[in-house]
Amino acid sequence: MDLQMWTWLLIAITFSVYIGIAIWSRAGSTKDFYVAGGGVSPIANGLATAADWMSAASFISMAGLISFSGYDASVYLMGWTGGYVLLALLLAPYLRKFGKFTVPDFIGDRYYSNIARSVAVFCALIVSFTYVAGQMRGVGLVFSRFLEVDITSGVLIGMIIVLFYAVLGGMKGITYTQVAQYCVLIFAFMVPAIFISIQMTGNPVPQLGFGSAGADGVYLLDKLDGLHRELGFDAYTSGSKSRLDVFFITAALMVGTAGLPHVIVRFFTVKKVSDARKSAGWALFFISILYTTAPAIAVFARTNLIETFSNKAYSELPGWVANWEATGLLKFQDKNRDNIVQYLADPVLNELTVDKDIMVLANPEIAELPNWVIALVAAGGLAAALSTAAGLLLVISASVSHDLIKKMIYPKISEKGELITARISAIAAVSVAGYFGINPPDFVAATVALAFGLAAASFFPAIILGIFVKRMNKEGAVAGMVIGMLLMLYYMMRFKFDWFGGGSEEDWWFGISPEGFGTVAMIVNFGVSLLIAFLSPKPPEEIQEMVENIRIPSGAGEAYTH
Amino acid sequence: MPEKNLKRYWRTNLSYLAILLSAWFLVSFLCGIVWVEELNTIRLGGFKLGFWFAQQGSIYAFVIIILIYIRLMNRLDRKYNVNE
Repeated sequence: MDLQMWTWLLIAITFSVYIGIAIWSRAGSTKDFYVAGGGVSPIANGLATAADWMSAASFISMAGLISFSGYDASVYLMGWTGGYVLLALLLAPYLRKFGKFTVPDFIGDRYYSNIARSVAVFCALIVSFTYVAGQMRGVGLVFSRFLEVDITSGVLIGMIIVLFYAVLGGMKGITYTQVAQYCVLIFAFMVPAIFISIQMTGNPVPQLGFGSAGADGVYLLDKLDGLHRELGFDAYTSGSKSRLDVFFITAALMVGTAGLPHVIVRFFTVKKVSDARKSAGWALFFISILYTTAPAIAVFARTNLIETFSNKAYSELPGWVANWEATGLLKFQDKNRDNIVQYLADPVLNELTVDKDIMVLANPEIAELPNWVIALVAAGGLAAALSTAAGLLLVISASVSHDLIKKMIYPKISEKGELITARISAIAAVSVAGYFGINPPDFVAATVALAFGLAAASFFPAIILGIFVKRMNKEGAVAGMVIGMLLMLYYMMRFKFDWFGGGSEEDWWFGISPEGFGTVAMIVNFGVSLLIAFLSPKPPEEIQEMVENIRIPSGAGEAYTH
Repeated sequence: MPEKNLKRYWRTNLSYLAILLSAWFLVSFLCGIVWVEELNTIRLGGFKLGFWFAQQGSIYAFVIIILIYIRLMNRLDRKYNVNE
């Protein structure tokens, strides 16, 4: 069977499974719609969280990113997993005990203020929208590369599928489709990795394989460092970013991860506090399978790439090269007209440019794996993009129907009315996300870092202080969130979009990049919150009691009366 | 639950957090970033140790840290009879 057939077949099978699950798990109440009825088992929630978390970027781009930046890319590996330790230890159990539907719910109730709630809704919407646009784009890319439809139709197909199960099933539908999507994406990620690891090192475990020796008896990483030196690149295993910046970026990504509303909300769906802890553990376990494999793929792909191209005659390159040249993601320009590929760090002499996304998508072709494996990668990429998009859309629709309409604008709305509103906002959110997927604004790539920075600078301190500092009051929390967020926005806009006078690397404060600045904004938020809180009146008695109550696990079921 | 027990439960919880978060900081920020060059002089098979911590070891350690936390807290909940 040829590649096209395999791809259509696998996508048809996986999509029917997702739709089947959506029909089976329709949401009947707002509780079903927002938190899947609150009865999801810890393993299922762990699987769903992992699928929710791992986006098109994790699946398609991350290994390529590591491949091209070596040690420097460790910030993503540590940053996007270490956040789960913070989630499990500092947030998930207490938020579950609190037992409402959304993150703004917690902020609004804990700080007894609709201003705090509005600030939280605003942050949740900005963070989720910046993130979801990238996912729809990912869906479009996979469709266009593997099925030869244009990106617009790809995005439209993706929108219809997401609409179907997010609108019909709400959180309940999303949760169980995400369980299926995790299985698809992890299988699709691991199969090529294992094949290639065996080919290159004889070791079937990629995590061990990339620390082993190849057929020539030289350790793979030493060989790669040597190749890098020869071609003028920095050594693969040591980075070029400043240590301080690496530190701050890692911290911002960790804290941002723990503050992302679509991740936090998943812990509202389990039955009790101990289940919330357990499912955070499961989630990280499932995520770590992909995150420890990605650096191995990066090393295999990088070595393969250099060995395939460097100093090889152009006419003797393998057949798949032409396919990827046609997509424009791989470019060869024979500058010195010797018909031989010079792949070098020096941009003047270098003749080959490779898009980082190729590393995962073309890896099976580079390693000459069978067609079904290549098709599997397409299905996996779609699963990763769809699952994350659905999770984000749910946060957006809950923010609108629950936090804005039910809690602030029209509290008398009936259960049925709220459910309808939730569905309508989900439809609206998909349409907006789809629009941005088809017409991506230039700022999409730059704003993913913004999403993490904003989450770190706004939610994280407000939630942590709300749980661990009883004295924390609304004055402190609101001031902290507003100042943290404004500071982050200012820094991003100045150094990413060149507003407010712009500036280059030399103008960065303390040499910290915009990606790492979330950590600074978070520290400022903590400082401002605490200072103002201790200068203004104590929070009311019942709020202090509520904090006491959040801290002990028993009675989480009762807290559910809404 | 009496006030005093509640305080003790919370304090034990906080001390667990302090220890586990120190471990979290050690494996990632210290072993993977601050001390990476020193650790890179040590080899673990084909890996330089600092590089291994940054791209593999820290992630394994995170999973183990959460597992230990789950066990400790389940035991603590039972001891103070606050489990569900």
